[in-house]
Amino acid sequence: MDHLKELEAESIFIIREAAAEFARSVMLYSIGKDSSVMLRLAQKAFHPGKIPFPLLHIDTSYKFPEMIEFRDWYAAQVGVQLIVHANRKALDEGANPYVLGTQKCCGFLKTQALLDALAHGGFDAAFGGARRDEEKSRAKERVYSFRDSQGQWDPKNQRPELWDLYNGRHRQGESIRIFPLSNWTELDIWLYIHAENIPIVPLYFARDREVVQRGNSILLLQSGVKLLPGERPRTMKCRMRSLGCVPCTGAIQSDADTVPGIIQEMLAFRKSERENRVIDHDEEGSMETKKREGYF
Amino acid sequence: MIVAGVEAQPSPFISASARPTELLRFTTAGSVDDGKSTLIGRLLYDSKAVYEDQLASIAKSGINRSDGPLDLSLITDGLRAEREQGITLDVAYRYFSTPRRRFIIADTPGHEQYTRNMATGASTAHAAIVLVDATKGLLTQSRRHTYIASLLGIRHVIAAINKMDLVNYKEEVFEAIARDFQDLAGKLGIANVYLAPVSALKGDNIVIPSSRMPWFAGPPLLEQLESIPVETREASGPLRLPVQYVIRPDSRFRGFAGRITSGILRRGDAVTAFPSGIRTRVKSITTFEGELDHAQTGSSITVTLDDEIDLGRGDLLAALENPPQSSTAFRSNLVWLSSESSRRRDFYFLKHATRTVRARIQKILHRVDMNTLAHVSADALHANDIALVNVETTLPLFFDPYRENRTLGSFILIDPVTNATLAAGMIEAPAESSSSSSHPPAHSSSRSPAAFWIVGRQSVAETLARLVQNDGEDEDEGRHVQLVSSREFGSAQLIAVVSVLQRMGTTAILHLDHQDVTLKQAVIAAFGEPCVFHADLPANDAEAVAKMLEWLHALKEEQGKEQP
Ligand SMILES: Nc1nc2c(ncn2[C@@H]2O[C@H](COP(=O)(O)OP(=O)(O)O)[C@@H](O)[C@H]2O)c(=O)[nH]1
Repeated sequence: MDHLKELEAESIFIIREAAAEFARSVMLYSIGKDSSVMLRLAQKAFHPGKIPFPLLHIDTSYKFPEMIEFRDWYAAQVGVQLIVHANRKALDEGANPYVLGTQKCCGFLKTQALLDALAHGGFDAAFGGARRDEEKSRAKERVYSFRDSQGQWDPKNQRPELWDLYNGRHRQGESIRIFPLSNWTELDIWLYIHAENIPIVPLYFARDREVVQRGNSILLLQSGVKLLPGERPRTMKCRMRSLGCVPCTGAIQSDADTVPGIIQEMLAFRKSERENRVIDHDEEGSMETKKREGYF
Repeated sequence: MIVAGVEAQPSPFISASARPTELLRFTTAGSVDDGKSTLIGRLLYDSKAVYEDQLASIAKSGINRSDGPLDLSLITDGLRAEREQGITLDVAYRYFSTPRRRFIIADTPGHEQYTRNMATGASTAHAAIVLVDATKGLLTQSRRHTYIASLLGIRHVIAAINKMDLVNYKEEVFEAIARDFQDLAGKLGIANVYLAPVSALKGDNIVIPSSRMPWFAGPPLLEQLESIPVETREASGPLRLPVQYVIRPDSRFRGFAGRITSGILRRGDAVTAFPSGIRTRVKSITTFEGELDHAQTGSSITVTLDDEIDLGRGDLLAALENPPQSSTAFRSNLVWLSSESSRRRDFYFLKHATRTVRARIQKILHRVDMNTLAHVSADALHANDIALVNVETTLPLFFDPYRENRTLGSFILIDPVTNATLAAGMIEAPAESSSSSSHPPAHSSSRSPAAFWIVGRQSVAETLARLVQNDGEDEDEGRHVQLVSSREFGSAQLIAVVSVLQRMGTTAILHLDHQDVTLKQAVIAAFGEPCVFHADLPANDAEAVAKMLEWLHALKEEQGKEQP
């Protein structure tokens, strides 16, 4: 069995295990490449039956329009129920990253919105597409990650995980986040997308786009991203390495306009995929802080 | 038409290093300062698994305890750095690949909680690297690490004898340690031993053969990792397929989904379903890609069967000619993981493959002294203890010994109150069950069994359980109460559970969603009419609980009189 098949079999095992053990589970769907892979694995896990849980997308309202278009098309294509949730109150009060700063904005529009949506749906298990190779604080994350009744992650209070015997027992109000892609790397994700012909948002492919250079980041000029005094727009062949909100996700200069092209490029990459995400520049260890608060 | 999706285009032009390859999972063990972080950092760095921005943040930290340009140990967030930041010392998983293989490292911290962490890392590993500091030789710690690796069933162990630069790359130093290690591995029954004299710091014999150790003819460490056979013992074992999930899209299809834990599953094979013991045949093997003729160990598939048999999560499909063992008592190695110690009469949840039952530790046969590996006696188990115990379950498990099948031979114990994972077990063999044996049952002390029959009224049942629990004079007494709900067990299972509870002298609080006359008769038959409370309850919850407590006190008083 090659390594992709083995990772696939392990992920399917995890997804089935959680679907069987929890009363109400939901799959976090962020529209990105990892979500696309996770969704395909869920289809495989329950074939020829339907996926027995809904997808949940936390909409910050700052997502790229192409993402939203793709989301609705793909959920319909797969035939899975899609829940979209936004923190209406914060949005009505005008929450945006320019005024609040990236961290705070994420806190309201992602973390808080997620916790509200989970509580509202009464979900005791939520699948997430996070990988351990993404970030230092994730390297120790469990496949079943225990969250207290506030949805918070306590790194000191995680259950030891041996073999593939996951412990999903929890009390009322507590929940478990489930990470079926824990052992996948970014390269595995792309190899799998290639091998399986999995559709992805076109933003991942390089083409000429109008951008502005801001600090270390290249931002696409669209959906409310405005030029600051002194900035000049330019056209650049570029693509997104990971997808997020328009104001807070940087593009990379690239010629890769096919999946094999992306894979070739990845092999030459010398920078981690989070480098081009504005949000993680805040401070070292910021991911750990966010996770403690209830983020994925 | 909106076409948002772009289909990926298959292309043959993907370089060799990006093709799917074999996967090897290994764990690393070493004591603090043996150089484990440096070694892993070296493997990641030399295989280009570390990105520039990550290296930049290491350079920015200003820490460098090595004499090279970059402190490689910081790539994995070295132990000290973690301690300074107050991050838990825990197993961390690292990923790297070479053109030949993909690797997953379970990186286990060598100091505090080492038994727990190493057991966790080793449980999913196929191979282990045990680090030995060449300037110190084979110490107690290395013996411990090797022992834990062997206990967790790792059959390929590499001894990386590190810091060879500090002993002038001398062959004699290596040879002496290598001999000690071979000895130890032989005693522990480790099937395949590999040796590598290395300097993680200088990069000797890690990726390329060291010119400073021309006397060493073997391959460098990475090449050894690339050539360890990835085949498991399970792959050639008898078929075992624990059922995880039943897939029923419509009345025509009823599929049993699971991951094959050993053997090969073939269409048309005769199989036995457990616990029912019913024989049937595999009608189809279904996957998203289509139907298969056969599927190998490790595959996640869905099967349909020739006969309509009652089968669900927790059940097992097994090769007809080679069935698993079955018992309610096992001799098992146990690694105690929790800071809560074990208690003799406590009931735990036991998760085995896809099945969860109730269990208790019937007897601690011995504990292993981790300094000498000698067997010593023990009354209770504490964090990081390793012991051989007899475990007893309320329902039979269908299992293989751990050394033959890591999935069907392993289990975890879960605290029914806190839900914490308390211990990890590896089954050696069936043991004699205290209840089936002619020995006097466990409650032969002053404890007498009693049962409450409560239909509906969940909160009444829960309050009663709590009050009886706190009521006992000694702590042990109070803990001898068991709330059992029909939501956890089917009625056939409940009968088995009830009889075990009776034999153990438990106060059993049986909570049912619906009246079940057959079961009620079984409970009365097991406990005896006077010992079962099944009267109508007052509508008021508090009064109901008070009435039952009163009854229990009267019963205990009565029983007390009978005993001299
Ligand atoms: N001379 C020498 N020093 C080493 C070698 N490997 C590690 N060290 C040093 O030993 C110390 C402990 O190493 P580290 O990797 O942090 O050990 P750990 O505690 O096992 O992770 C550091 O100062 C390293 O630079 C080696 O092969 N040779």
